[in-house]
Amino acid sequence: MTDTTARPAAAHELPAADDPRLKDTWARRQLLVLVAGVAVLSTLPLFLGEQAQSVAIRTLIFAIMAVGWNLMSGFGGMFSFGHAAFFGIGAYTGAYLLVDHGISPWISMVVAAVLSAAVGVAIAYLCLRYKLAGSYFALATFAFAQMFLLIVQNVDALHKTEGFNVEILPSDSWSMLQFQQGDPLYFWIPLAILAAAVLVSILYVRSRAGQYAQAVRDDEVAASSLGINTMRARLIAVALSCGVTAVAGVYYTQYYFFVGPEQAFGSAVSVEAIVPAVIGGIGTIWGPVIGAMVVGPLSELVATVLRNPPGFLSFLQGTSGLDVAVYATLLIVIVIVMPKGIFGTIRDRWRS
Amino acid sequence: MTSTTTQGEGPTRFVRVGRHPTTVVSVTVVLLLAAVFAVGGKDNGLVTQSIVTGLLLGGVYALVSIGLTLIFGVLGVVNFAQGSMLTMSMYVVYALVSGPGLPVYLATLLAIPVMFAFGMFVQHFLLNRLTSTGSHEGPLLVTLGLQLLIANVLLMIFSGRPKSVGTPFDGSFEMLGAIASYSRVIAFAGAVLVGIALTLVLRRTSLGLSIRAVAANAQGAALVGVNVRRVYALTFGIGAASVAVAGGLMTPFTSLTPSVGEQFTILAFVIVVLGGLGSVLGATIGGLVIGLVQTVGALYLPGTGSLILVFAVFVMVLFLRPQGLYGAK
Repeated sequence: MTDTTARPAAAHELPAADDPRLKDTWARRQLLVLVAGVAVLSTLPLFLGEQAQSVAIRTLIFAIMAVGWNLMSGFGGMFSFGHAAFFGIGAYTGAYLLVDHGISPWISMVVAAVLSAAVGVAIAYLCLRYKLAGSYFALATFAFAQMFLLIVQNVDALHKTEGFNVEILPSDSWSMLQFQQGDPLYFWIPLAILAAAVLVSILYVRSRAGQYAQAVRDDEVAASSLGINTMRARLIAVALSCGVTAVAGVYYTQYYFFVGPEQAFGSAVSVEAIVPAVIGGIGTIWGPVIGAMVVGPLSELVATVLRNPPGFLSFLQGTSGLDVAVYATLLIVIVIVMPKGIFGTIRDRWRS
Repeated sequence: MTSTTTQGEGPTRFVRVGRHPTTVVSVTVVLLLAAVFAVGGKDNGLVTQSIVTGLLLGGVYALVSIGLTLIFGVLGVVNFAQGSMLTMSMYVVYALVSGPGLPVYLATLLAIPVMFAFGMFVQHFLLNRLTSTGSHEGPLLVTLGLQLLIANVLLMIFSGRPKSVGTPFDGSFEMLGAIASYSRVIAFAGAVLVGIALTLVLRRTSLGLSIRAVAANAQGAALVGVNVRRVYALTFGIGAASVAVAGGLMTPFTSLTPSVGEQFTILAFVIVVLGGLGSVLGATIGGLVIGLVQTVGALYLPGTGSLILVFAVFVMVLFLRPQGLYGAK
């Protein structure tokens, strides 16, 4: 500072404020990638058969959950092990409103997102209020998800362990989000939701609230000494994260026409939200999406290999469990060898 | 370590269990049980039976949790694979019983070194690098992957069909007006023995001293010449070995499937946090308390409902006394 005031002559050599090299084009570049990615992916239903399309749709649901999880755990630094709670709230809100009250799933998506965000904020507030951090925060969120699972299994209004079956309508209906089986709309709608979720991440990361949350994640004491309301910054991250995850839940019920306690609140669901983000790269925009694209088709791929195994793998024919074993091994290897995930590692290589 | 820094910070210290947690806990439990007898509105025989069942179940819980309390307390690792390691040791016992035809309790003794070696292996090759960087997510994710891996490799080898192992001490007997099966009483006795043995190791041996030193301050322990990595590996090994005891003793009354142990993972965490990190006594008492909560609670909330109570206890403990009953402040 003193240097420039002492020698103003040097000032004109510095790039001017409107110099194009100083412009922050990060957000614009991310948006371009998003548009291009959506454009490419939206042509997929033209090439995929019905079986492959259902795998792709499941992958999209994973991706939405992982993007949601990443908002809170990646950018917010609060490692949630209980995102099944928020996915489940979405799935059950959708099912309950549709089956018992005939309300359109589009409305349910909004209701579920708000409800789930409120529940998430309440849980996170309690955890942060009592200073739970790190492993304790993860365990507390896990406990809440398990509690929800048990409560749903014991409440009559939610059909206990039987779950909800969505009635199949005789004709296509936009308002009820039902189409012919295998209709490409079943792919395009979650793709649009995913695009919206990624857009939310991009905007959030560059927003003031998002910058605050990342500052709090990196150093809570420093952030609060700069006047950041740490609790508020964190709760905003939690609310966004839970809302996005709940929308994935609503769509899940719509697509599979069924939801039960284990599909919605089971601990496996929490794992499905975490693993794509970890494999792709925690705390990056594209990591969760890339991770889901790796993990989603994996079990299908393993099943295909097992149907006609090459010679040295023939002893595996007819066994079940290999798909998850491969997935688990991939998770372990990635965490140990590339702690920043696929996308994070590649990005760091690129930069350096 | 991340886990130790969260203990007793901020507004979390206002529940005072005092200097004698055992007295406080036992008085509370006795009072609550007396209330169930007096005003619970249930048949007395039924209550006695559920108390005995609860204590015996609690013994099993304690066995599983004793291993976990060391791993969580010393390494600060949230070991999600604990339940799967339990399943794995059950299948080791099953393989030894159904293959060479050993008696089940001898097979349990043989499973102990197997699981000890497995635990050392996991810590040494998978977790060491991550625990030394102090990240808590890395080890959690690795053990999560390990849990999935163990369960599915067992599924590939043994298939999903339930298996069972016979016991030389079949049958049951009457105790205090309630029925208890021999194999469950043996498991209970095993929990007490393992608890005492581990307490002695921790208090009386130099290995125990170094484990406690590393738990208190890993850096400080390293400065005075403790080989921290070796202590970590041994601790994980001991944790896995006590799970082997648990698995072996539970095999006679458990129907074996590759996912049978998973339900114990979260229960063990509840118990460990309730008892206090690294406290073997705390894990034992916590196991008994949770066993009682589950069975006596089942009188009022049938089915899985009583587990809601267990998680409610967990959340209360996390919020109000995160250092647990026996945790050092």
